[in-house]
Amino acid sequence: MTATSSGSRFVNIGERTNVTGSAKFKKLIMAGDYPAAIEVARQQVENGAQVIDVNMDEGLLDAVEAMTTYLKLIAAEPDIARVPVMVDSSKWEVIEAGLKCVSGKPIVNSISMKEGEEQFLDHARKCMAYGAAVVVMAFDETGQADTKERKIEICERAYKLLVGIDFPPEDIIFDPNVFAVATGIEEHDRYGLDFIEAVVEIRARCPHVHFSGGLSNLSFSFRGNETVRRAMHSVFLYHAIPAGLDMAIVNAGQLDVYDQIDPALREACEDVIMMRRPGVGEDGKTATERLIELAESYKGVNKAEEKAAEEWRGWDVVKRIEHALVRGIDAYVVEDTEEARAAIAAAGGRPIEVIEGPLMGGMNVVGDLFGSGKMFLPQVVKSARVMKKAVAHLIPFIEAEKDAKTKAKGRIIMATVKGDVHDIGKNIVGVVLQCNGYEVIDLGVMVPWSKILESANENQADIIGLSGLITPSLDEMVTVAEEMQRAEMNIPLLIGGATTSKVHTALRIDPAYTGTVVHVLDASRAVGVASQLLSDTQAEGFKSSVAIDYEKVREARAGKGQSDLLPLADARANAFPSDFAHKPAAPAQPGLHVFEDWDLKDLVETFDWTPFFRAWELAGTYPAILTDDVVGESATSLFADAQAMLAKIIDEKWLTARGVCAFWPAHSEGDDILLGDGTRLPFLRQQFKKSRGRANFCLSDFVAPQDDWLGGFAVGIHGIEPHLERFKAAHDDYSDILLKALADRFAEAFAERLHSHVRTTLWGYAPDEQLTNEALIREEYRGIRPAPGYPACPDHSLKPILFDLLKAQHNAGIVLTESQAMLPTAAVSGFYFAHPESQYFGVARIGRDQLEDYAGRRGVDLATAERWLRPNLD
Amino acid sequence: MTVRETFLAEAAKRILITDGAFGTEIQNWKLSEADYAGTLGLSHEQKGNNDILALTKPEVPEAIHRAYFEAGADIAETNTFSANRISQADYGAEHLVREINVESAKLARKLADEYQAKDGRPRFVAGAIGPTNKTLSLSPDVNDPGYREIDWDTLVDVYKEQAAALVEGGADFILIETVFDTLNAKAGVMAVRQLEAELGREVPIMLSMTLTDLSGRNLSGHTVEAFWHAVRHAKPVTIGLNCSFGATQLRPHVKTLSEIADTLIMIYPNAGLPNELGAYDEMPETTAGFVGEWAVAGQVNVLGGCCGSTPAHIKAIAGKVAGMEPRHLPELEPVTRLAGLEPFTMLSSAVA
Repeated sequence: MTATSSGSRFVNIGERTNVTGSAKFKKLIMAGDYPAAIEVARQQVENGAQVIDVNMDEGLLDAVEAMTTYLKLIAAEPDIARVPVMVDSSKWEVIEAGLKCVSGKPIVNSISMKEGEEQFLDHARKCMAYGAAVVVMAFDETGQADTKERKIEICERAYKLLVGIDFPPEDIIFDPNVFAVATGIEEHDRYGLDFIEAVVEIRARCPHVHFSGGLSNLSFSFRGNETVRRAMHSVFLYHAIPAGLDMAIVNAGQLDVYDQIDPALREACEDVIMMRRPGVGEDGKTATERLIELAESYKGVNKAEEKAAEEWRGWDVVKRIEHALVRGIDAYVVEDTEEARAAIAAAGGRPIEVIEGPLMGGMNVVGDLFGSGKMFLPQVVKSARVMKKAVAHLIPFIEAEKDAKTKAKGRIIMATVKGDVHDIGKNIVGVVLQCNGYEVIDLGVMVPWSKILESANENQADIIGLSGLITPSLDEMVTVAEEMQRAEMNIPLLIGGATTSKVHTALRIDPAYTGTVVHVLDASRAVGVASQLLSDTQAEGFKSSVAIDYEKVREARAGKGQSDLLPLADARANAFPSDFAHKPAAPAQPGLHVFEDWDLKDLVETFDWTPFFRAWELAGTYPAILTDDVVGESATSLFADAQAMLAKIIDEKWLTARGVCAFWPAHSEGDDILLGDGTRLPFLRQQFKKSRGRANFCLSDFVAPQDDWLGGFAVGIHGIEPHLERFKAAHDDYSDILLKALADRFAEAFAERLHSHVRTTLWGYAPDEQLTNEALIREEYRGIRPAPGYPACPDHSLKPILFDLLKAQHNAGIVLTESQAMLPTAAVSGFYFAHPESQYFGVARIGRDQLEDYAGRRGVDLATAERWLRPNLD
Repeated sequence: MTVRETFLAEAAKRILITDGAFGTEIQNWKLSEADYAGTLGLSHEQKGNNDILALTKPEVPEAIHRAYFEAGADIAETNTFSANRISQADYGAEHLVREINVESAKLARKLADEYQAKDGRPRFVAGAIGPTNKTLSLSPDVNDPGYREIDWDTLVDVYKEQAAALVEGGADFILIETVFDTLNAKAGVMAVRQLEAELGREVPIMLSMTLTDLSGRNLSGHTVEAFWHAVRHAKPVTIGLNCSFGATQLRPHVKTLSEIADTLIMIYPNAGLPNELGAYDEMPETTAGFVGEWAVAGQVNVLGGCCGSTPAHIKAIAGKVAGMEPRHLPELEPVTRLAGLEPFTMLSSAVA
């Protein structure tokens, strides 16, 4: 056994967060540099501390203030707060203040009988009421216990007192005092051995207690000689731990592995600490004198250099690769991969074994951590970046071997369906699947069904995964399923994306295809679904459970009987009665306004960050999410990366924000809005039965029957492609997804910012509006900007009309796909309604009567109208 | 026999039943502002202040308690989840905290005694203390993670005021429930300890944690096991989980807790997860089926319901577990159980 072996039950206490033990920490606290002081704690936990000792006993500090401030701050750091705290002070008031901030079960360090039994028991009772274990110093009214007998006597007395007040014996940790040896004073020679022997005896007399000790005292005589001090500490622990020492306040960096200490030094230390050669030896010297002499030769060995190298770089290559993958550190992964490859090659192995061995091993750890909620999506994507770099390094070697065949768990075709251009979610799912050992063939966006089927056949794919964000994509997915059926395919079809749902999948897609269809709610579910589908043993069970589940959804839907709809005429009779006495004034600057290059910096200030985190499947509201107990760390790190990229986007002008808006004279005519140039914009009206007093809304309700105005806008973020290509070339999915997510934020912020400009200046109906960003996000302003394809105006096919009115392609460079998705992807468009009572609502389900009426007003045949409005018909 | 002993004796015979939701039951009464406000003449709107009904419309909580006793409950939890100074301040009713708690406890006591007199089966009153809307562990200000909206001493005083009034009104236990912040719960324990010192007698505690994510942590980030380590010093009569999610999602965490806690386990989950409209629609038989599995597995001692549960749910649960063997308490090794957000158990390093 070695003193630092992790197999022992010895508790590793982090002691660098102690102003009396660490000059560096003291300096940080004195300077009030708490962020850096927090990092000290984080490092200790990362380095394996199982408990953190916090001590603020410094004459010039307000120790209560420093203790509580520090404890509250580390409470906000989940990777520090996961371990228990040792609240360490010689002043009870500091300890008690600390106990009021610690939420788990801490250890109090320390209490003693120094001031008598009464105070000792008072403190002990309080520790019980706060729920803390306690270190009891071997100290009584007459002083500190030095000899073995005094140590035993004091500890036993304290034990009896504590057990007498029902203090749980297992929550008692005795510190029988480690004193300096090799001081040259003969009475001190036994101090090390006395401690060890006292521990054995106290343990026998006081069942269930633990022992702790502060090691630095032991080697006090050798201040400045780190080599000797480390050796002494290690030797002492080597003997004290089996005797019962459970924990020690010691800098883990100040310990050597017992077996690796220079034997001569180890021998000399052992003689001193364990009193193996008492008295003067044949050489005429005492053990202490021999150690002092030997110590001279170890003076001044520079340990700083050693320390500088990050510790993990010294591990073996497999552990290094795992560490790099789990931590997402790509700095050394190519050299480490090469080292692993060379080693395997030297042993007669093949390059692919690097992937199948260390890399997949590391990714399995990542997968497990992710699966158990200990890692979050942004970290996993970073891990994937490291993996991709490693694989990229190996590919030339693998290709050099002709017969190379990878053994992926399965091959999955992924595609965003025809007409849709959104791929952040799909890319995330792809990364997660790759992280878990699946081969992913990503066909990109706007992929027609023919290409999906062709690629699946060519590659003998095991699964097809479809993604889409806009509602018309739902129909396109049904088409893909129908075509798979026609082609008599049988592989599973996965469905994912924002508008998809289990209900839609069960109702529309699943019946179209006899193979298994599974709706995948989010990226974290993808691996579980894929692994079950491709498992020899679980596949059939899983498939039939999904089939039964979806059948139930269909039955429930069929049996449910949907909410009653009003006849269209009745719904119209219950239209919202806007008070047109308050209709907006004519725009201050009517006509068309083009913005070639809106200042990106201005947009950043209007960012609504919450959806950004949601895109990464981090649940929570900004800014609270940054300190969230579960995802806070992940969110903070992602946010920092986002800020860094934002700085580059702005400084290096990666993106250009182009937009257009316009205002037109308008009036309503029933559910239509007619513009001055004769353009008719038909809208849909809510038809479900409203509870008393609520209207059946239609957007036309917000425009007066004569002499009113309507606005429209389209904004897009351009210039993303070269950067995405660059990231692709660097195998950097993380940056790729990050940039796309930020571009979306820019587009949304641009829409918000432009709307504000419209309200205050261009239309100018709210010239004095003063809103904070939070208020903007909560839409606390007058007027709305509903977009075609969204709940108030669900018909995507109105977009071409809006775009023609705005000449959006010419003025803002935005084009529409056949499914009316906008390109560039980061784009927003919509109508402006300025009436103070205008509000967002969802049209929801409509009846056949309105469908037929709408087709007539829209000037399309019934089948076309049905296709565009299908989501509102079920 | 002390009330703790009586309770333990009953719990040794069978699985005990606690009651179900109040909030969703009160909604069914469709009370108006006038119903809530009564004649108290408070300056704030009272609609939604369910706890104040003890003063303004006591027939409502009384009817609900009655319905739960009729359904088979052994325990009535007082309708005092928000009857603390902090929450009542939102209604301008902080000066009524004592009165609300005393009256609520009296009401529950009256009915408990009435039902006990009918059939001789002991009934208990748990004085319910909610977490308040302030947290000792988290900062509401992202730019200042060390900031706290409230401090320990204040919260201890708030809890003590409520606990004292509940005991005054006749509560047998103080139920510190829906614990989203472990440190708040520890302050609650301290408050009861101080109250005990003042009263010169034991006030047994019941503790119930609420999980905020499926991995099994509460809002302050503690795992179920870490939570147990952090509050074991309260020597609670029951430890358990409530609210959180539905029974299905709680299952693994119930199992964990039942294995590590050497005290009674009380679980009262929501009636499933809310549907798209925010309503709970899990059927009584469904809930009973889920919680019945824990009974079969010998993992629970007390069962009941939280949000969305109704007397029908409690009746179904009581029916389901009638005659089933209660969980046996595990005997734990006397090892040191510490906790940060995660548990840490310290074994002796001694060899032999």
